[in-house]
Amino acid sequence: MLELTVYGIIYGSIIALGAIGLTLIYGILRFANFAHGDLMSVGAYIALFLISVLFPVLGVPQERFGGTSFGWPLILAMPISAGVTALIAIALDQMFYRPLRARRASPVIVAMASLGAAFIVRNLIYIFWGPDKISYFPGLYRPAWQLPFDIRIRPDELIIVILALSLVASVYLFLQKTKLGKAMRATADNPDLARVTGINTERVRLWTWGIGAGLAALAGIMYGVNAQLYPEMGWSFLLPLFAAAVLGTVGNPYGALIGGLVIGIVQRLSTEWLNPAYQPAVAFLVLIVVLLVRPQGIFGGRS
Amino acid sequence: MALLEAQGIVSGYGGMEILHGVSIKIEPGQIVTIIGPNGAGKSTLLKTIFGLLSVKSGRVTFNGTDITGWSPDRIVRLGMCFVPQTENVFPSLTVQENFEMGAFIRTDDYRARMEEVFALFPDLRARRHVKVGALSGGQRQMVAMGRALMLDPKLLLLDEPSAGLAPKMVELIFERIKDINRSGVAIVMVEQNAREALKFSDWGYVLAGGENRFEDTGPALLQNEEIGRLYLGG
Repeated sequence: MLELTVYGIIYGSIIALGAIGLTLIYGILRFANFAHGDLMSVGAYIALFLISVLFPVLGVPQERFGGTSFGWPLILAMPISAGVTALIAIALDQMFYRPLRARRASPVIVAMASLGAAFIVRNLIYIFWGPDKISYFPGLYRPAWQLPFDIRIRPDELIIVILALSLVASVYLFLQKTKLGKAMRATADNPDLARVTGINTERVRLWTWGIGAGLAALAGIMYGVNAQLYPEMGWSFLLPLFAAAVLGTVGNPYGALIGGLVIGIVQRLSTEWLNPAYQPAVAFLVLIVVLLVRPQGIFGGRS
Repeated sequence: MALLEAQGIVSGYGGMEILHGVSIKIEPGQIVTIIGPNGAGKSTLLKTIFGLLSVKSGRVTFNGTDITGWSPDRIVRLGMCFVPQTENVFPSLTVQENFEMGAFIRTDDYRARMEEVFALFPDLRARRHVKVGALSGGQRQMVAMGRALMLDPKLLLLDEPSAGLAPKMVELIFERIKDINRSGVAIVMVEQNAREALKFSDWGYVLAGGENRFEDTGPALLQNEEIGRLYLGG
């Protein structure tokens, strides 16, 4: 049980990173971004390209810190991939979503456009890398540490949790303390008033895409480090991402954090009694229960 | 020179024309109230002046600048702020954060201004770190006005500041509006509580059917029997 909870926290912190972006985009751009999971895949595969193709050519030192995947290649690949994924998301916004906004298209139309963008992205990954599962560092031996209470954890997993939770804390501070962060929350609250107040809402939108996609890319890479990459990986994350965002009240980034951790832990704990293949169904079940019992989510004070 | 002058404004929503050539004028430091029956186009006029609706015909000049067709974020920079009737605060932000957003376009140190605004609304000072969504209707209205005042505007447009408030609160809000005016801010407001508002207005306009009907000083409009009968409920 304890071990499954630990695995749940690892998995949940990855979900949380993805769900923050999803919930911010919903709050500020007012549509459900079905391509958000695929942004995670994009981030993961860009890192794969850097690590396995570009860095060896450039002569980046390949050694890693004992028993982990972390070394110069991964440390460099994470920020670069996050930046490139952010630019891709902004480009998608300018190409697809901005013209729809200008026409005042309904949120359903924009969400459907994002579904189209998701298919495009996923199939581009198929074209370039094929359908097989790939590891960042094939054949790497990663022994697990034996901790008290019979918990076995790999150093990689420990690094992932620490990294994810510090990213989550930085996002929190960013939203709470900086002018741009406050403007993002204000725009999510009331876009019309934000415009009347003189906030450049179009620039806030660009930053929302950038930050949301960057976090999604990092979440994708962390998942790839812990497991393996495959083109459908992001798509399979979509359900837990939505469950986490809804659980934590759509539009509320702090809620998405808590929601992500809860969904991650519940999914992993369920494997104690259920076949692990049912984990997506567990996320779906949580989603349905939340919608029935408390549709406004745990942080939704006002209706 | 008038602070704000709108001449022959024609405007509306989409294809529907609501204002058929309305003109108003306000001098620096004045309070001007616009009254009239529902559908007269009072709110439409404010939104058009502030650039939220496009001007189909006519001209708006503010402080000597022709601002016809300008967008709100440019108009704000000239010193005109608008408080919408509803959804005029950021509910999940605190009082202080709402004021900070009001000062968003300021690049200088606005802390002194924030203290001045808190001085105008003492009830809000103790609640500065409370989320606005948790405040009462009257307090929210004060937050909305405070947010607009953060830019130290020359002119404040208020769309029905007393709508939906308890009578006691209406009185309080009107007192605050007088305080704001005394601090040197000119005010154009649309009001349903016409009798109360006209008492302290330097000038009043009566709109009906998207056209100017009457205009005079506030007290004179109150004494006009025809206006009393037609627009002030007897």
